[in-house]
Amino acid sequence: MNDIVEGLWQAARLVVTLDSDLAEITLRSLQVTVTATAIASAIGLPLGAWIAVNRFRLRRAVIIMLNALMGLPPVVVGLIVYVILSRSGPLGVFGLLFTPTAMIVAQTIIITPIIASISHQAIRELWADYHDLLISLHATRRQRIATLLWDGRRALMTAALAGFGRAIGEVGAIMIVGGNIDHATRVLTTAIALETGKGDFGLALALGFVLIALAIAVNLALHMLSGTERGSRW
Amino acid sequence: MVSPILPLMLEDVELLRGGRRILGPITLTVGGAGITVVMGPNGAGKTSLLRAMHGLERVSRGWVLWQGEAEDVRARQAFVFQTPVLMRRSVIDCIAYPLILDGRPRREARKAAEKQAEAVGLGVTLSAPASVLSGGERQKMALARALVRSPEVLFLDEPCANLDLHSTAEIERILIAARDDGTRIVMSTHNIGQARRLADDILFLFDGRLIEAGANAAFFAGPGTPEARAHINGDLLP
Repeated sequence: MNDIVEGLWQAARLVVTLDSDLAEITLRSLQVTVTATAIASAIGLPLGAWIAVNRFRLRRAVIIMLNALMGLPPVVVGLIVYVILSRSGPLGVFGLLFTPTAMIVAQTIIITPIIASISHQAIRELWADYHDLLISLHATRRQRIATLLWDGRRALMTAALAGFGRAIGEVGAIMIVGGNIDHATRVLTTAIALETGKGDFGLALALGFVLIALAIAVNLALHMLSGTERGSRW
Repeated sequence: MVSPILPLMLEDVELLRGGRRILGPITLTVGGAGITVVMGPNGAGKTSLLRAMHGLERVSRGWVLWQGEAEDVRARQAFVFQTPVLMRRSVIDCIAYPLILDGRPRREARKAAEKQAEAVGLGVTLSAPASVLSGGERQKMALARALVRSPEVLFLDEPCANLDLHSTAEIERILIAARDDGTRIVMSTHNIGQARRLADDILFLFDGRLIEAGANAAFFAGPGTPEARAHINGDLLP
């Protein structure tokens, strides 16, 4: 109990004093996660919509695979990305290992199936409502997908936020591919793991509270900007 | 001068679902102008016939023949569903949507939609979400969306189902205005009074088959089949 109270105090002190280390790793956490979420959304949202409106031979298998990939073990993803980006790996020549870019790649791989799967579910329901209308109006396939993405934007924001939530709290993969290097690849989650390992539970908890506050703040900001849960919204 | 897509010809059209025939074989021609009303009891195949004509149902056998290229033909028809499809948009954007699909600039499409909303008497705040509309307003909105492209042929599947007399009268006024503007209308209804008021000719379906087709006056003066007679008289059919 003492550790939790001490952690809360320490978190408040770090935030109030605008601790430079805290600011740096918080900004890096945001940079990596927001970038990964943006890339994964750019891939996952249209992919989910495309699967929802198209009938093809292996459709069911693709949906099952997507759902299964939602539970991808981050450590395994980290390991695979490590092997690919390591000096002897196929993309080793780019020298991306132990950089924020490598962390973005790992996070993108982890959250793309989550975003695609949730958006597929949301778009499928909307497609059931819109199907006859869009066919009747002779909308092209591209127009159908664009319409569904636009009209389903609130549900899709939830999909993106689910991906963001998963990515911001992720530690296993980014620890492996980022290396938790001070002033280079250290983010909130890897810093928490480090401080816990050192036995500094107060600081680890403080960072944990900052992480939770950050996740809530991003969610709140997006909901406020998009106006969800307001009366008479569609 | 754009060549008309009518007459529409159905040749031995059959619709099978799960091996069961739900429509046909039907052979008929829809041409000229006016309003054709499709009548018949529940399950007679009215909706299936309209959907097959419009191309929403792929026919199992036979041919649905329009004049002209397939792409062009579809774009010159519209369909109003029994339950209006409400898009998650404002009323004005719902009405403007077909024009946006046609590539019209948003401002221009909204202007045309505003005009169409006024023409159908949609007296609501057009910037409000479509989901807040009442039943009658939803149907008017769907009609405005269908008419905004000035279709040559308009299909309506029981457009006044679940509407009160006032809303029904308003919808009928819009349909008559559309017909007078040259839109060919094919609609289904359970409302015998409405069929009498609106129809130029009647198609009567029973058990998936077209058992009677003719002009309004002739059909109501002396239906040629016991099923049509019973339907008009409101008798219970086995």
